[in-house]
Amino acid sequence: MAVIFVDNVEIDAEEGRTLLEVCLEKGIAIPNLCFIKHNDSPSASCRLCFVEIEGIEEPVTSCTVKVKDGMVVTTDSAEVRELQKTAFRLILSTHRIDCGNCPSRKRCELIKISRILKVKLSPEIYDPIERKVKAEEHPHLIYDISKCINCGKCVYICKKLHGRSYITFARRGIETGISFFGEKDAESIPCGKCRACADICPVSALLFYEHYSDLLKKQ
Amino acid sequence: MDDNLELIEKEMLDDISSFLEHVEPERSSLIPVLQKIQAKYSYLSSDAIKLIGKRLDLTSSEVYGVATFYNQFRFNPPGKHRIKVCMGTACHVKGGDIILENFERKLNIKTGETTRDREFSIDKVACIGCCALAPAVVVDEKIHGYVAPSKVEGIMLGFEIEKEMNERKERSSTENSDGEIIERQ
Repeated sequence: MAVIFVDNVEIDAEEGRTLLEVCLEKGIAIPNLCFIKHNDSPSASCRLCFVEIEGIEEPVTSCTVKVKDGMVVTTDSAEVRELQKTAFRLILSTHRIDCGNCPSRKRCELIKISRILKVKLSPEIYDPIERKVKAEEHPHLIYDISKCINCGKCVYICKKLHGRSYITFARRGIETGISFFGEKDAESIPCGKCRACADICPVSALLFYEHYSDLLKKQ
Repeated sequence: MDDNLELIEKEMLDDISSFLEHVEPERSSLIPVLQKIQAKYSYLSSDAIKLIGKRLDLTSSEVYGVATFYNQFRFNPPGKHRIKVCMGTACHVKGGDIILENFERKLNIKTGETTRDREFSIDKVACIGCCALAPAVVVDEKIHGYVAPSKVEGIMLGFEIEKEMNERKERSSTENSDGEIIERQ
C-alpha cells in the first residue's frame, strides 16, 4: 500500500497502479479521453490528464505515472489548466460541434470535460478544421469522422477482445480517422454480436444502426 | 472492355496469391509485400489487400491502415493518362490547388482516383523541380508550365481530339479491311 496526497487529501492506493486510475476511483476529476483501464501501454495521446507532482519540474500525464508512496500531486494548478485547455481546444477544432442533433447527449465526454475545465464548448482561438474523407460503409456501424477525436479506444478494445483489430487508424495527418476497410461481408467480421467499440466511444462517433435509431427516438 | 478488365484483375490476383505463398507469414513481411505489389502493378486493389491480410494473419483493415499511412501506395489502378499536379512550395503559392481542383471537377474524380474507363488518374506530387514554371503539371511525362484553368481545358481537349482521331482511324481501317474482304469474294 502507498499513501499519496492529491490536492491536500490523503489517499491510500495500491503501488504500481496508474495515478489517473487511482484518482478517478476516488472521485477526483481529472479530464481524460484516451485512458482505458488495465491498458499497460497507454497512448497518452489526448494530453488532457496532466497533473503536477512535487519533485518533477513540468506537469506530467497522470495516465503514464505509476503511484509511489509519498507522492504529492496537484490536479488543478494554473499551469496544468492552461495545458489542458489548449489540448481540449485543439481536440474541439476537429470535432464538429452540433450538440442539438448529436445522439451522444449526456454521455458525451467532451461536455463533461468542458465543465471540469470551466471553458466553453468551442475551439475559441483555433479555426475549426473539416476533415474531407469519403465515408465508408459497414454492415453494422456508422462512423462519423467529423465527430471522431482519434482517441484510439475503439481500436484498442477491438484488438483486445478479438485478438486482432477489425477497425484501425487509416491515413495520416489531419485526414487520420478510423477505417473498417469497407468490409461489407457481415459474416467475416464479429461486429454482429460485439458492441464494444460503440460502447467505449466517448463522443458517439461510432454507432450501431439500431443504437442510432434508438437514440433518435429518445430525443 | 469490362470483361477485359476483369480478366486482367483476375490474372493479377492469381499472380499475387502465388507470390504470397513464398512470403513468411509474419507481420514484419507486410511493408515489403505491399511495396512489391505496388511496384509490379502500380496499385493495391482491395482484393489484393484481403489476400495479404489472409496470408499474414492480419485483418484487411490493419493492412489498409498501414498502407494508407504511406504516400507510396495507391489504391486505384493507374489511368492510361496519368495527371500529376505539383504541390511543391512554389506551385502551392501559385495556386496548384486550384489546378488540382480543376482537373478533379473536369474528370469527376478525386485525387488518387481513376476514371471508370481507366483513361485518367489524378495524383498530387511534391516538387518536380520546375518551380520557375509554377504552377506545373506533369501529364504522361510531359511537363506543362504556367498552368491556368484555361490550360487545363486545353489539355483535356487535346486528349478528346486525340481519342476522336484514333476512333476515326480505327473506323476507316475496319472499313478498309471489310472492303478487301468484299474484293476477295
